Amino acid sequence: MSEYNFNNSDKDGYVLEIKDLEVIYETDLETVHAVNNVSFSVRAGETFGLVGETGAGKTTTALSILRLLPDRTGKVTKGEIFFNGENLLELSDEVMRKEINGERVSMIFQDPMTSLNPIMNVGEQIYEALKYHNPEKKTKEELEKRVEETLELVGIPKKRKNEYPHQFSGGMKQRVIIAIALACKPELLIADEPTTALDVTIQAQVLAMMSELNEKLGTATILITHDLGVVANMCDDAAVMYAGELVELGTVEDIFESEDHHPYTVGLFGSIPNLDEERERLQPIEGLMPDPTALPFGCHFQDRCPYCFDRCINEHPQLLKLSDTHSIRCHLFSDKALEVNHD
Amino acid sequence: MLRYIGKRLLQMIPVLIGIAFIIFFIMDFTPGDPARLILGQSATAEAVEQLTEEMGLNDSFFTRFFRYIYNAVVNLDFGVSYRTMKPVFDDVFTRFPVSIYIALCGMIGSTLFGIPLGVLSAVKQYSKLDTAVNVVAMTMVAMPPFWVAMVLILVFSLYLGVLPSAGATTWIHYILPTITLTLANGSAVLRITRSSMLETIRMDYVRTAQAKGVPRRVIIFKHAFKNALLPVITTVGYIFGSLLGGAIICETVFAMPGLGSLIVLSIKMKDIPVVMASIILLALSYGVIMLIVDLMYAFIDPRIKAKYQRG
Ligand SMILES: Nc1ncnc2c1ncn2[C@@H]1O[C@H](COP(=O)(O)OP(=O)(O)O)[C@@H](O)[C@H]1O
Ligand code: SF4
Ligand SMILES: [Mg+2]
Repeated sequence: MSEYNFNNSDKDGYVLEIKDLEVIYETDLETVHAVNNVSFSVRAGETFGLVGETGAGKTTTALSILRLLPDRTGKVTKGEIFFNGENLLELSDEVMRKEINGERVSMIFQDPMTSLNPIMNVGEQIYEALKYHNPEKKTKEELEKRVEETLELVGIPKKRKNEYPHQFSGGMKQRVIIAIALACKPELLIADEPTTALDVTIQAQVLAMMSELNEKLGTATILITHDLGVVANMCDDAAVMYAGELVELGTVEDIFESEDHHPYTVGLFGSIPNLDEERERLQPIEGLMPDPTALPFGCHFQDRCPYCFDRCINEHPQLLKLSDTHSIRCHLFSDKALEVNHD
Repeated sequence: MLRYIGKRLLQMIPVLIGIAFIIFFIMDFTPGDPARLILGQSATAEAVEQLTEEMGLNDSFFTRFFRYIYNAVVNLDFGVSYRTMKPVFDDVFTRFPVSIYIALCGMIGSTLFGIPLGVLSAVKQYSKLDTAVNVVAMTMVAMPPFWVAMVLILVFSLYLGVLPSAGATTWIHYILPTITLTLANGSAVLRITRSSMLETIRMDYVRTAQAKGVPRRVIIFKHAFKNALLPVITTVGYIFGSLLGGAIICETVFAMPGLGSLIVLSIKMKDIPVVMASIILLALSYGVIMLIVDLMYAFIDPRIKAKYQRG
């Protein structure tokens, strides 16, 4: 067993608590400020939505949890990531690999086409997850049986376990990837835009299946998406991310029913996909995200914000707490704020 | 799969005939008179003319070429060496094994050198080790093989007297040629392994494996390396093929009786039957090697296998 002692649940019932996370990508030429002072918590069994357009820092946040940032360039410069009370950033690589990754925290990546090893059959790829997390020393037969169970769990007939990724459609591949992630019954599943690469109809199927499994297994999930519609259907809590920061954080009710919103969230609402219309994925709002190597001093959203005023340029907005659950990072709400969450 | 192999073997026939035509054509242009070469300088002009007529060398180019192909394909008769007056394969087949051994030694040496170092330098990209490996690889490319061969003979045969400098009779004779060929070809394997590994190591499926908590060693070999193998196999196959007939420097410096030096000798003597038979044999071997390379592709990559099985 490990020298680390994981207590099963934190006193608040949080599986994951990220505090003041700051991540940079450092190359000889430049420093990308990908994640800036991000804090949020995920309760056991809940689905937490992380929304934002491409480049907001969602994937980087997720990779930091699993400690899979690119070796030389990606660095966590500040913050803590508590998983059941244990700071993951302080664990050794070996403990991370053996006891966390794939066993207690799993991740589903964005592109199912490239996320499976093309020359290994799918059964073997699921088997691998089980094989390296087998504290009970189950036999090969028992593990194989679990592989079959897991496949059936995601709606793939077990007889297909010897087939290779190229024999599966995109949606089926994503199911295999979900099977790999769930094989060890993790406490936390991070799904990074699990359906972005799929056809609209398949998206709905995969999401419905994830919802169902979430209910069945009680796995806490961080669902990364740039689609507020998905958040409305699947999530309990959600955070909106922009240029490396959380700009709004709340329960799904806060995000969808409250009158108060960050101007960026309002912009996102304008782009909730309508199945009848052409899907508009990127750039829902006029303009571009600021250059992450040279973020503006004031509000990161100033260039694109229709309400921008002097203070937005001169002072970086703090995350303002409007209620117990709802926070917004915008000067427009400084009068309404209960308290300021100082970064 | 068998159908695919059969198809590939059948496809070799027109290629071989095409190669035979080209060689026949080129040899026709080289100066020299076979009958004169056979009879020697003292023979009379009449005797030479008579032999030329008897050998059918006065016939038109196409008549001679089709007669050659007919005899080769129907009677499996590739003719008699002008130089030795014995069937061509007497010479060709005694030398072919030497060429195979040389090529095998060069291939195995280059592989054993190039693959581990290539993997290592890719895994440790940007480290001092990576830099050192790259310097070694570049130095190897810069050293001409004949010079390496002579330095090796000087050191190991002349000064130390521990290894033979000439011949191909025992395995000990193959040590210096192996080193020479490894130094000449190992860096190609190293570089292709390194660049291919650098590519696969960045693939999404490698990250999936990391997220699964697969040990690093398994990720490197089972996920990254196995996927990186295809271009490496092609390079290794190419090295083997080119060494079969192309290790002439090695054959010459170490006085090893292989096919390469036989071809050079026969071209000089305008010994057309031997040149033809040797090159056709080399082309056939090359075709078989490339077929093996492609079959290994299918063995490694199920997508390629599926393609072959579809025909
Ligand atoms: N390996 C990397 N090296 C340098 N910059 C990177 C790297 N990966 C991501 N980035 C940058 O970090 C920022 C956040 O990226 P990412 O986390 O992938 O955003 P998202 O997942 O929200 O689209 C972007 O500006 C992106 O260009
Ligand atoms: S702080 Fe200012 S610029 Fe930023 S979102 Fe609010 S109003 Fe817009
Ligand atoms: Mg992303």
